[in-house]
Amino acid sequence: MATQHSRSAARIMMAPAVILLLGWMLVPLTMTLYFSFKKYLPLRGGDLGWVGFDNYVRFLSSSSFWPSVQATLIIVGGVLLITVILGVCLALLLNQPMWGQGIVRILVIAPFFVMPTVSALVWKNMFMDPVNGLFAHLWKAFGAEPVSWLSEASLQSIILIVSWQWLPFATLILLTAIQSLDSEQLEAAEMDGAPPVARFGYITLPHLSRAITVVVLIQTIFLLSIFAEIFVTTQGSFGTKTLTYLIYQRVLESQNVGLGSAGGVYAIILANIVAIFLMRIVGKNLDA
Amino acid sequence: MYLKSALHAATALTVFASTAAFADTITIATVNNGDMIRMQGLTEDFTAKTGHEVEWVTLEENVLRQRVTTDISAKGGQFDIMTIGMYETPIWGKNGWLVPLDDLPAEYDVDDILPAMRGGLSHDGTLYAAPFYGESSMIMYRTDLMEKAGLEMPSAPTWDFVADAARQMTDRDNEIYGICLRGKAGWGENAAFLTAMSNSFGARWFDENWVPQFDSDAWSNTLNFYIDLMNDAGPPGASGNGFNENLSLFQQGKCGMWIDATVAASFVTNPNDSTVADKVGFALAPDTGLGKRSNWLWAWALAIPAGTQKEAAAKEFIQWATSKDYIELVAEKEGWANVPPGARTSLYDNPNYKDIPFAKMTLDSILSADPNNPTVDPVPYVGIQFAAIPEFAGIATEVGQEFSAALAGQQTADEALAKAQALAADEMEAAGY
Repeated sequence: MATQHSRSAARIMMAPAVILLLGWMLVPLTMTLYFSFKKYLPLRGGDLGWVGFDNYVRFLSSSSFWPSVQATLIIVGGVLLITVILGVCLALLLNQPMWGQGIVRILVIAPFFVMPTVSALVWKNMFMDPVNGLFAHLWKAFGAEPVSWLSEASLQSIILIVSWQWLPFATLILLTAIQSLDSEQLEAAEMDGAPPVARFGYITLPHLSRAITVVVLIQTIFLLSIFAEIFVTTQGSFGTKTLTYLIYQRVLESQNVGLGSAGGVYAIILANIVAIFLMRIVGKNLDA
Repeated sequence: MYLKSALHAATALTVFASTAAFADTITIATVNNGDMIRMQGLTEDFTAKTGHEVEWVTLEENVLRQRVTTDISAKGGQFDIMTIGMYETPIWGKNGWLVPLDDLPAEYDVDDILPAMRGGLSHDGTLYAAPFYGESSMIMYRTDLMEKAGLEMPSAPTWDFVADAARQMTDRDNEIYGICLRGKAGWGENAAFLTAMSNSFGARWFDENWVPQFDSDAWSNTLNFYIDLMNDAGPPGASGNGFNENLSLFQQGKCGMWIDATVAASFVTNPNDSTVADKVGFALAPDTGLGKRSNWLWAWALAIPAGTQKEAAAKEFIQWATSKDYIELVAEKEGWANVPPGARTSLYDNPNYKDIPFAKMTLDSILSADPNNPTVDPVPYVGIQFAAIPEFAGIATEVGQEFSAALAGQQTADEALAKAQALAADEMEAAGY
């Protein structure tokens, strides 16, 4: 049991780390808030004074805002759906005893070691290129017209690329969860005559719910700020401009720091709304 | 006595300071184009002559633009020399962000720089960046495919001729596409090409009151013509093709024609890289008979950000890299076809350079481009494939995205133009025009 003294000592010793981390977050956050109320155009002389909520109104009323929120949510939703469903399937498969299990497991998690920019470049140039890409050759081999993936099915292509990267993460977490499942339960159910689908639906899936929650929460946090894959493949064209990309475009391409900062504040609000929503809906599982 | 000691001390300090300043290390940001990579390989010559060391930061074009723009606008001070273009130079020069290059020595021969390049890199008559190489755009075409189609390329063709020839050259079964044009979104990619093309169709970005003109018939004609042509005779996935992608397609022998930067001529005629090196012809960029051709004007130039501690060394480097001697040095080591083109008049008077097949067409293209008078109708801006205002890069990137989506078939040309009009009007209003 901690004494009064040891608690105080712990607080004092932790203080530098806490202060540093707080500063790490607070300084950029405060500056974003500060700039979001300013007309700050570096190419036109810099700080041109306070403008109140003008930047917020302009960012919200811009024709690019809602499409960017929509694109963000579609990408996050699509990737979550694919990685969770395929992740469960792969985890079940990898849990089966098989020859060369170790190598197969390493192969499955390999995409996670590839940097997002590299994997996006490889997908774009080696697979999806409509003239020289592997898919184009496959399509042609079957007599079909090659598809310009990144322009004709842009969002789907990005979801595919990102899912490929995140599938190993989901698989790993879910595989660990499956391995912790008590095999006696399954055996008992089998002896009682429960078919495989029912055993999966009533025993395995409920057991996985906590792991699925973890996967959904962590992936959502990272996917809301997805950037590299879009920068490398479409640069925001063909309806793939996410909220993060729109902010980048406002600050760096249009050199409008005030407007971009207002966008940044909206992004923080959106991320929090999604986080609260997720915590309420699926986070309950974590309490169990 | 006291004064004498003070003077001695001051002299000693000056000598020390000047010796210390003699051997500087300068940091240069540049783009990963072939000519710049070559320059890096030759840096030893500069170090041997001046004693200064050079550190290179080499970046992809779009990334370079963002890095240097952010660095200079936030006064980051990371670089002593920046590689910038005709768009940035007058704007940054006006803001006082660049060191004026008005005191270059006589032997550097500023007057030898092509007037179009000098004009584009100046503000109020003061030179702010020295051109490393200059370019316009022109048609590069396959002479064998042209012959096969039974056509002969005039030296100054019209868009109708080009479109007709492109359709006749196209042979999709054998992966031959009549024409490769930029479709990838970006102010320096498809927006640059389409802006230059629209000039020849009588279109313009803004009227004299800075009102965007995308709702004009001229723009509608331009974009519809471009999309129809690309659908009939362009490569698949053209909406993702920029300079590098088209260069690769042309070198693989998949394009009948390619209208792009004159600087590409040395790459497509280089037998080491190009499968069609001996079958390439050149012609001026097309027109529609309205008096303007669809060729642009650009220079990659070296400039010194104001506030650098190493101004003198930076100036020495710029003089070395953009001098006549440097051209001779490259010619000696790599051959005349590989010297940086389009910057100096004397290069085009040089008998060794006159034999290069694309030299004359490059010069003719550069000379036919007038950034002060780029369009059929008058405009308030300077620049052919861009409008030299700070807002242009941001607006044109978004406009380019709409054009790119139209090329990909996600919307019609007229829908893209309506969106372009709305977003350009919004941005211009917000910027206070």
